[in-house]
Amino acid sequence: MDKIYYSPSHEYIKVEGNVGLIGITDYAQSQLGNVVYVDLPEVDDEVVAGEDFGAIESVKAASDLISPVSGKVIEVNEELVDNPGLVNKNAMGTWIIKVELSDASELDELLGEEDYKALCH
Amino acid sequence: MNKEYYGKLIFELSRPGRRGFKLPANGCSDALSELPADLLRASSPALPEVDEPSVVRHYTNMSNNNFGVDTGFYPLGSCTMKYNPKINEEMAAGVGIASLHPLQPVSTVQGALEVYYTLQQALSEIGGMSEFTLNLYAGAHGELTGLMVIKAYHMERGDVKRDKVIVPDSAHGTNPASAAVAGYKIVEVKSGADGTVDVEALRPLLDDTVAAVMMTNPNTLGIFEKNIPEIARLVHEAGALMYYDGANLNPLVGVGRPGDMGFDVMHINLHKTFSTPHGGGGPGAGPVGVRKGLEHLLPVPHVIKKADGSYDIEHSAPGSLGQVTGTLGNFAVLVRALSYIFSLGKEGLAMVGPLAALNANYIKERLRDLYLLPVDTVCKHEFVFDGLVDKSTGVTTLNIAKRLLDHGFHAPTIYFPLLFHESLMIEPTETESKETIDRFIEVMRDIARESAETPEVVKTAPHNTPISHPDDTRAALNPIVTYKELCENPI
Amino acid sequence: MSHRYLPHTPEDISEMLAACSMNGLGELYSDVSPALLLGREYDLPSEKSEKEVRDFFKKLGEKNRLMTCFAGAGWYDRYTPAVIPALLSRSEFLTAYTPYQPEISQGTLQYIFEYQSMMASLTGLDVSNASMYDGPTAVAEAMMMTVAAARKRNRVLVSATVLPQVREVMSTYARYHGIVLDTIAEEDGVTSRADLEEKMASGDVAGVVVASPNRYGVLEDYNGWADTVHAAKALFVMTCEAAALGAVKSPGEWGADIAAGDAQSLGMPLNFGGPYLGYICCTRQLIRKLPGRIVGATVDEDGRRVFVLTLQAREQHIRREKATSNICSNQGLMALFVSVYMSLLGPQGLKEVNSLSCAGAHYLADRIEKGGKARLSYPDKPFLHEFELTTSFDVDSLMQRAMQHGILPGVRLTDNRLLVAVTEMQSREDLDHLADIIDSMPSTL
Repeated sequence: MDKIYYSPSHEYIKVEGNVGLIGITDYAQSQLGNVVYVDLPEVDDEVVAGEDFGAIESVKAASDLISPVSGKVIEVNEELVDNPGLVNKNAMGTWIIKVELSDASELDELLGEEDYKALCH
Repeated sequence: MNKEYYGKLIFELSRPGRRGFKLPANGCSDALSELPADLLRASSPALPEVDEPSVVRHYTNMSNNNFGVDTGFYPLGSCTMKYNPKINEEMAAGVGIASLHPLQPVSTVQGALEVYYTLQQALSEIGGMSEFTLNLYAGAHGELTGLMVIKAYHMERGDVKRDKVIVPDSAHGTNPASAAVAGYKIVEVKSGADGTVDVEALRPLLDDTVAAVMMTNPNTLGIFEKNIPEIARLVHEAGALMYYDGANLNPLVGVGRPGDMGFDVMHINLHKTFSTPHGGGGPGAGPVGVRKGLEHLLPVPHVIKKADGSYDIEHSAPGSLGQVTGTLGNFAVLVRALSYIFSLGKEGLAMVGPLAALNANYIKERLRDLYLLPVDTVCKHEFVFDGLVDKSTGVTTLNIAKRLLDHGFHAPTIYFPLLFHESLMIEPTETESKETIDRFIEVMRDIARESAETPEVVKTAPHNTPISHPDDTRAALNPIVTYKELCENPI
Repeated sequence: MSHRYLPHTPEDISEMLAACSMNGLGELYSDVSPALLLGREYDLPSEKSEKEVRDFFKKLGEKNRLMTCFAGAGWYDRYTPAVIPALLSRSEFLTAYTPYQPEISQGTLQYIFEYQSMMASLTGLDVSNASMYDGPTAVAEAMMMTVAAARKRNRVLVSATVLPQVREVMSTYARYHGIVLDTIAEEDGVTSRADLEEKMASGDVAGVVVASPNRYGVLEDYNGWADTVHAAKALFVMTCEAAALGAVKSPGEWGADIAAGDAQSLGMPLNFGGPYLGYICCTRQLIRKLPGRIVGATVDEDGRRVFVLTLQAREQHIRREKATSNICSNQGLMALFVSVYMSLLGPQGLKEVNSLSCAGAHYLADRIEKGGKARLSYPDKPFLHEFELTTSFDVDSLMQRAMQHGILPGVRLTDNRLLVAVTEMQSREDLDHLADIIDSMPSTL
């Protein structure tokens, strides 16, 4: 069964085996407003926990996308190129990149749902 | 303003065969068609074909859909929208400079160089600095250059590990951006409850990796950083330099000088403090000044006065950070600034800061019962409200700004600084009369009343402008930025 | 005291102070330590009347020498149609700030949109921003764009035939921004293809910057260059004075990703250095890496087509320390200059500016060569309206002699090299006059 972890910078990661689906949380999308652009990395790019892998833009704000884990990008969500608004419609169901985890122990540093919710209040 | 004539693009007035300008003949035989065809354009650029009267009417009507300082009160915080004297315009156009080439021999441009030198000297006196360069084209360009001076200073001393610049959380957005472009990491220092930099928060950040602290004083809340001597002492003790962002220099004109407050490097926005017109976003000028000991680091080319009284241009100098402009800068803008300084003279300049501060404090005191004043203290050239006192109306700062447009005023700066949710930053400048300011106050009070009684009117503003609220999301989702793209995606 | 720019009467001041519960203007600064107050007037002249200001500048103006100008090197003496200063002096344009409130800034926003459209078409690229400061800083920003787009590569190559002032500014920006800037060698007045390929081989190049016409006025042939650069995943940047693009092959046609340079040549007065305008255009793909302001079309609530600043999330005031450029105020009013100039000239007029300049330059070059006192430094290379001479005399003596006749003969490069530019401003008589003076020079070298 997959499990969801959260970062204090409002990304989530859904982990299925050795692969994580990374997106931004519903709270993050509500803060940003209408998303107009997602700057995606390329497949095979290496990402590092705590470092940015792309950026997300609304009309009045831009925010870096911070990777919650380290690993290699194995897929990017190409749908977001033409339809970035998917993030607003369904943030938790719209992953941005798929990453092959290089160190699963990094997940322990992330927040669970309860802790994350507390952070947003 | 002109709703009726709004809309058409110059391309839509184009008819094949029309033209608006005729060139002289020089009687030389064609050479262009002799050039190799594969080095020439295959097709003409898509420019409009329009006659002269149509061009003039088109742009004149467009100007009617614009608002400038000459149209009305423009209390845009941190932008110092003061009156732009007309004599300056005439001097910039008419001092025998229009056809002076930037690489012309210095013996033939002594008058132009005297303008430079005189302005360099005047700004040094006003800033309390040792030397100024006038090359920079804008405030952000000045900031970048000032930070390069600072980097050059540390490098020259072999002090290579300083890779950070500290900026207050209330800083203008360009400060961190300029520092990043100059290759620095940015560390933010928090403001205290009184809106000024918290010395105790700053102290632990100062170590031998800090290159500079960038500050504007008064800060973006319009509050004088009273701890500045202490801050300067700590920063200098740590081996770093103090950078002064001149965007807020206006209230200090005639009153105090950044150089006397411990700042080492500064820039001045001539299009703010020294009345040169903003031109809808430039051309401006962002001269950079330095204290004694840093002069040799300034960029080239640089104007100097020789022992025989003539002027010269240095194209290279040992220690100089190099060239950051193609020329000696926006010369015609510099002429305007010097004309302004001469027009006011030392007596007039002495009144600039105090009257700017008086106008700002007067507005603040007359509106603070209806608008929320987050930091209650005497302000300088500007101050910030955090929206209405009555938060129950649901009326936002954006709504208030838009409603002001209906009354013939430009909006204040909104949602900046980032310290408050509903920032409304008002800077009246010294060239506004009491009558104008009283009328503004009256309108602001009306808007507050309206927000309580008929909030929908405020929330749906503006109502009387040439256009209504544009759809920003649509613009950003699928950007249409040229006429060609517009033809492909008609609106 | 009272001053013509300051409306306050003594009564106004007392009433306003009273409203602030203050007794004197000094109290406005009561929070400032007295040690930080100036406590004196500036050491500057006293207030001048308008007439005195005018007299002062008139006197200074007389110390400048206006000449028939054959100097170029990136900035050219061009004719400014009378319509332009008339429209630019409209207060509504001149005294507006950046168009932050679109409802009352459609004038500014619309001319920027027109400017963007014209520049994109002129450079043969998809999009343009609202303007840059000048040519050199525009090319430096283009260099930073290539590095931002490449993410991990930070080496940029610039041809030795790019204007020296452009390379100087690039070099300064590169040094402080952490970019490695290398030069591609020149060979007989053009960029060396062999050197490009050799320097590309290391594989860490983010961008390549070349010019045509180049610093010697030579039109270079970049056939196949874009492919070479793109094969290494680098971006191809071209720089060129804008007016020439009315005739010569555009950066877009050469396959460039970015075009940047000076637009002064589009009729702007030389003004001893400015204001000019830098332009930067790029492919659609790179639009989010484009620095500065961009205006886009959209609709208002009533369905009208309107214009707004767009893609602002890229900009310095939002990105703050993540910004890859810090430009905000640019040369706004000069974008209006360009829009009006290009509207007046149209495609035909812009071509005529070039054909006149080209005809004049070739006529002059022929006459000089026939005189035998100087020759073209690169005789086999095509040029548009500017050429470099190698002289048999000391260039300084020519400068002196020509200036006595009210002619600035060009830009001195070395003792025996002179760069000469011809535009629509010089009549046949002017051209003959300069040729006669050169013919009269004694060969000394």
